Amino acid sequence: MAESILKKRIGIEKEIDEFLDQVSEAGLMCKNGMDAYLKGNMEAFAQCLTSIRNTEHKGDALRRSIEQDLYKKTLIPESRGDVMELLEDMDALLDRFTGLIWQFEIERPNICSEFHEDFKELLQYSIEAVEADVRSCRAFFKDITAVADHIHKVSFWEKESDKVSTRLQQAIFGRQDLRLSHKMHLRFFTKQVDRIADEAEDVADRLNIYVIKRTL
Amino acid sequence: MFAVFLTSGLFLGWSLGANDAANVFGTAVGTRMISFKKAAIFCGIFVILGAVISGAGAAKTLGELGAVNAIAGAFVVALAAAITVYWLTILGYPVSTTQAIVGAIVGWDLFSGTLIDYGALEKIVLSWVISPVLAAIFSALLYKAIAHLIQHVKVHMFLLDSLTRAGLLLAGIAGAYSLGANNISNVVGIFVPISPFADVSFLGMFKLNGAQQLFFIGAVAIAVGTFTYGKKVMLTVGQGITEMSPVAALVAVLANAMILFLFASQDLQTFLLGHGLPAFPLVPVSSSQAIVGSVIGIGLVKGGRGIRWRLLGEISVAWMATPIVAVLISFVSLFILQNVFQQKTYIPVEYQVTAEAEQRIRAAGIRTDHLTDLQEKTYPNASQFQKALSQRAILNAREISVVMSATEIDPIALTIQAANRINNPSITADQKIAVLGLVGKAFTHRWQLEMALAEKSPEWKPIPGDKEQNDKIMLDLDYIYRLIRSTQ
Repeated sequence: MAESILKKRIGIEKEIDEFLDQVSEAGLMCKNGMDAYLKGNMEAFAQCLTSIRNTEHKGDALRRSIEQDLYKKTLIPESRGDVMELLEDMDALLDRFTGLIWQFEIERPNICSEFHEDFKELLQYSIEAVEADVRSCRAFFKDITAVADHIHKVSFWEKESDKVSTRLQQAIFGRQDLRLSHKMHLRFFTKQVDRIADEAEDVADRLNIYVIKRTL
Repeated sequence: MFAVFLTSGLFLGWSLGANDAANVFGTAVGTRMISFKKAAIFCGIFVILGAVISGAGAAKTLGELGAVNAIAGAFVVALAAAITVYWLTILGYPVSTTQAIVGAIVGWDLFSGTLIDYGALEKIVLSWVISPVLAAIFSALLYKAIAHLIQHVKVHMFLLDSLTRAGLLLAGIAGAYSLGANNISNVVGIFVPISPFADVSFLGMFKLNGAQQLFFIGAVAIAVGTFTYGKKVMLTVGQGITEMSPVAALVAVLANAMILFLFASQDLQTFLLGHGLPAFPLVPVSSSQAIVGSVIGIGLVKGGRGIRWRLLGEISVAWMATPIVAVLISFVSLFILQNVFQQKTYIPVEYQVTAEAEQRIRAAGIRTDHLTDLQEKTYPNASQFQKALSQRAILNAREISVVMSATEIDPIALTIQAANRINNPSITADQKIAVLGLVGKAFTHRWQLEMALAEKSPEWKPIPGDKEQNDKIMLDLDYIYRLIRSTQ
C-alpha cells in the first residue's frame, strides 16, 4: 500500500512538472515564432507553429491526466479545487501563446520594421511574467514559503509590459502614413501580446490566495 | 433468555460504534482524506481485532456494568445508556458512551438503594473540563511544532498529502483497535458469566473461548454501528466545529491519542513509577471530549474566527445531558420492568453487623462500640444502613468503606455447577482448584469467600503493594462471584 501511495505521488508530481515545462516551452516557442515572422522566415515560423501546437496538445493531455488523477485518487482534497483552477489558468496562458502564433499565421499582420524591437520587447516581458508564474507554481507545490519571492516579479514584468504596450500604441497611432485599419490591426496584436502579461498577473493574484489558504 | 438480554448490549455496541468512531476517524473523514466507507471498513476490522485479541484480557472483563448485580438490571442499564447515546448520535453530537453507562448505573443505584459512586460522577464532571482543555493545549502546541517543521523541511504538497493520509489511517487503525479493546467489556462484559458459548477451534490453528466469541459479537455490533450511522458524528467532529486542513486533522487525532496515553494510562504510570521516573498525574479523560478539545485547539491557533461556538455550546449541553438523561431513562425503565414485567432488576443486598463482621471491622482498627445497637437489625439496602451508621459515628471515607464491605450480607453457596462453568482465561488452574476445594461451603459475607480462597491458594491472596496482581485478583473474584450468582 505504501508503495502504491508513493508511485501515485511520484507520478502526479512528474506530470505537474512536465505540464509546467510545456507552459514555459510554449513561451520560448512563441518568441522564436515571432522572431521568425518578423524576419520573414516563414519556413521557421511554420515549424514553430507546429511545435507550439504539439506543446499545446501535450499540455492539454497532461492537464487532463493530472485532473483525473486528482479526482480519481482523491488527492489533496483541501486544495484540489485550487490546484485544478491553477492548472487551468496556466493552460490558458499556454493557449494564449499558441493563439498568438496562430493569429500571426491567419492574419499575417504587416508590422513595420520600426516596431519590431518593441514587439519583441513586449513579448519578452510577457514571457518573463509567465516564467515567474511557472516558478511560483513550482514553489506552490514544493516550497510554499518561496512563492512570494516569485509572485512579486510577475507584477514587475506586467508593469514593464504595460509601459512598452503604451509606448508602442502611441508610436503606431503617431504614424500619419498608416491607414487607420492598419493601425487598429497593429494595436490588436499589441493588445494580444500585452494581455498575456495581464493574465499572468491575474493568475499570480489567485495563486496568492491559494497560498494563504494552504498556509498552516 | 440470554439472547434477549444480550440485545441491549448489542444495541449499546451499535450506538458506541455510531458515536465513538468519530474519535478516531472523524477528522480524517471530515477533511475528506479518507472516505467514510474506507474509514468504516478499517474501523470495523480493527475494532473487532482489538475486542477479540485485547478486550478479553484480565483487565475490566466485566466493564462498568459489573456494578449491576442482576442480569435484568444490567439489560435495562445497557438499554438506557444505548438509548441516550443513540439519541445524541441522531443529533450528531460526539458524547461519551462510558459517561452514559455511568449515568444509567446511577439510575440503577437510585432504584435499588445501592450507594451512588460519587467518585465516578465527580470524574465525569472533571472530564468535561479536563479533557477538552488538556487536548486543546496539546493540539495547539503540536500543530505549531508540526507547521514549523513542514515549513522548514520543505515537503512537496503531494508527499505531505501521502504522509498525512498514511498517518491518519495508521492513527485511525490504532485508535479503532484500542476502541474495541477498551470498550467491548462495557458492551458485553456483563454477559460473560452467563454466556452459553463453548470454546471453538478453527482448523486447529487458533481457538476462541466463550468470552472472545461474545466479544466478537459485540465488536461486530460496534462495527455495524460505525458503518450504518457513524458518518453524522464524524462530520460534526471533522467539519462542523471548524474547517480543518488534513495536517490539522492528523494533529487532532495525535493530540487525542497523546493525552489518553499520558494522562489516562494506568500502565504508563505504573511503568514510569516502577522505573523511578516522574509520572503524569492520572486524570479522567474522555476520548469523545478530548477530540473536540483537539479540534478547538487548532481552531484557536488559527485565530479562533473559524470556530462555530454555537455548535460547541450545543455539544457541551449534550455532554451534560448524557449522564442525566441516562439516569432518568434507566430509573424509569427499571421501574417499568420490575413492576409491569415482574423482572428482578436487582438483588437486594442487606446489611447486618454480624459477629464476624464486627471482628473484621475491629481488625481494621475501627472502634465498634458505637455499632452495638446495630447488631440486632438487618438493613434492606446500603443507603439505609449508611444512614443509620452516620447517625451513630463519624467515620471517614475509608472507614465507611471497610464497615460497608464487612457488613454486607451476601449468602453464597459454592456449587459444583458453578465451579465447572469457569471458562475465563484469566482464572489459572491453581485458582480453579482452590474454588473446587470450597464446593459445598456456604458463606454469609462475600469477604469470607475471598479469605477462604486466599487460604486455599496464594494466587487468590492479595500481595501488599502489587497493584496489578491485586486488581487481577479483584476482577477474578468478581467473575467467580457472578458465576455463583448466575447458577443460584
